[in-house]
Amino acid sequence: MRNRPHLAVWKFASCDGCQLSLLDCEDELLALTEAIEIAHFTEATRTSLPGPYDLSLVEGSITTPVDAERILEVRRQSKVLVTIGACATAGGIQALRNAGNMQDIVAAVYPSPQYIRALATSTPISAHVPVDFELRGCPINKAQLLEVISAFLAGRKPVIPSYSVCIECKRRSNVCVMVQGIPCLGPITHAGCGAICPAYRRGCYGCFGPMESPNAAGLTREWQARGASSLQIKRVLRSFNAAAEAFQAESLKHGD
Amino acid sequence: MATRTLRVDAIARVEGEGALDLDIRDGRVASARLRIFEPPRFFEAILRGRGHEEAPDIAARICGICPIAYQMSAVHAIEQAFGARVEGPLRQLRRLIYCGEWIESHALHIVLLHAPDFLGFEDGIRMARDHGDRVRAGLALKKAGNEIMRVLGGREIHPVNVRPGGFHRVPTRAELEPLATQLVEARAHAVDLLRWVATFPFPEFERDYEFVGLRHPDEYPFNEGRLVSNRGIDIDIADFDREFEERQVEYSTALQAVTRRGGAYLVGPLARYALNFDRLPASIQDLSRDCGLGPVCRNPFRSIIVRSIEAVYACEEALRIIQDYEPPELAAVPLTPRAGTGYGCTEAPRGICWHRYEFEADGTIRAARIVPPTSQNQASIEADMAAIATSLLDRPDEILRERCEQGIRNHDPCISCATHFLTLNVHRK
Repeated sequence: MRNRPHLAVWKFASCDGCQLSLLDCEDELLALTEAIEIAHFTEATRTSLPGPYDLSLVEGSITTPVDAERILEVRRQSKVLVTIGACATAGGIQALRNAGNMQDIVAAVYPSPQYIRALATSTPISAHVPVDFELRGCPINKAQLLEVISAFLAGRKPVIPSYSVCIECKRRSNVCVMVQGIPCLGPITHAGCGAICPAYRRGCYGCFGPMESPNAAGLTREWQARGASSLQIKRVLRSFNAAAEAFQAESLKHGD
Repeated sequence: MATRTLRVDAIARVEGEGALDLDIRDGRVASARLRIFEPPRFFEAILRGRGHEEAPDIAARICGICPIAYQMSAVHAIEQAFGARVEGPLRQLRRLIYCGEWIESHALHIVLLHAPDFLGFEDGIRMARDHGDRVRAGLALKKAGNEIMRVLGGREIHPVNVRPGGFHRVPTRAELEPLATQLVEARAHAVDLLRWVATFPFPEFERDYEFVGLRHPDEYPFNEGRLVSNRGIDIDIADFDREFEERQVEYSTALQAVTRRGGAYLVGPLARYALNFDRLPASIQDLSRDCGLGPVCRNPFRSIIVRSIEAVYACEEALRIIQDYEPPELAAVPLTPRAGTGYGCTEAPRGICWHRYEFEADGTIRAARIVPPTSQNQASIEADMAAIATSLLDRPDEILRERCEQGIRNHDPCISCATHFLTLNVHRK
């Protein structure tokens, strides 16, 4: 008898932080598990119920041949598949290897590179299977995670704004850090974090990835006008969402 | 006697993905192998060519459970290379945010990951149906740790406020004060949990570990100290390679850290506690004794008690720091990059997290090496598995499997952290 919807949580190449966000819902966790059955969540339980699953949350990027196969099966078993976090949604920081020489990269870390069986690229889940919704962030915001779970269980679209961090900054009454001369990616970065970096007097470093239709060229011109070097611009665009199209395209204008 | 091969294909309630293979031949344990299939993410290669100021944020992404450990080891290494010292309130704030990480990580492990083993539940959530008050107390404790991370770091996972030299912005006294109220309650929860877990049925099982951890002249260690062991290691953290080596083992293709004398060693709560019992306040030592724990604990199943002791200590230490706090004038000590090498070694909840960076004159990272706690504990975990299996040879597979899984969880391994794990490459005779 299945009276509660079944939730599955899957991990690919990642740090575990986004799935931990679920366990970080200290106030809501027990209530949540009354509404849903946690059918598969290796980090949290020995139980693993067979599919199909009503909702699958997928953390991590695809970086090995085995995982490229595994994600196909996860998709087959999932009615709704939501990616959580920058790795699953944009390839994560490990996608920095996409532009490099894989042999050099492997040799920098491992004494016996011949044992490494990793793909030369780190790719988002959407490069492999259809994805029903992508939740941004490195890490995701746990309140947004609860909204996504609630929405899919209720059969509605999640309310996740796609405007920039600037809107959240205004709402938090932060003083604009750009005005204080601190380079900030906020104007082109997807909202969701609550504008924490400017609230801590640092520039946004883009961990939620590009917003919808960002004016990246306009922002980097502003950075340059304030004395930022090409190296600085390139580095900040090449981090946790380096392979997101808008960040990647703009970073290439500032060097290889 | 027949050959038995036991496999645990996915070790649940640990961070990251691993498996265990146990071969039993002719009535004895032929091998115990901890296999890791966590995909490598090449952090040391990613860090090459990046600015020193980016290191704490990038290194944090190795682990979502203990990002502060990576941030702290990185900033200490950077400051050492550039000849800077961070003292006074900034040093205390670092200790405070580390308390937050210990509390959230230990509470997660004690209540949601480890306790269910002793009471026969599949997980903490199912355990909550019979032990709701304990689970809620554990979640409240966890939340208090996370709240420190949120207030001081901006968010719980991958906090944004830590930088080389200090912080981007330091809190006011008024911002920290509400934490104190929450921590008084959290401390009470931690003591309750400690007394509860101390009553669990523990297997009679001890191992003669070489414990390795930091030791500081007058503190229970978080950020600084010499690297010591109970078998005579006593070195500066920069001399790590003199006493330890990372080696590749034939069967698992994982790098395992061992002592140069070839031995497995153990880092983490059991090691920290045994090496630093005399650095705990007398009141905490008394609590330990009340719970039947001596100054050394060699039973890894009882690590849940030691984690609870450390959780109580971290609550008290956080309270002390908040009470004494006077905001510093500068949020960060100014740094002047220079060419050189720096080392950082701090106590992650799971044990020492060792970093080494080489820098160009402009502060660009030329090379990075990171030795996470779990790769250091791998060899000891395997030795535990062999010993556990040996003691249960006549028991059915299911009992053996469960006890081995529990034996792995004893050490709260964080497999995502262990960037050095390679793909599986099994050889069988």
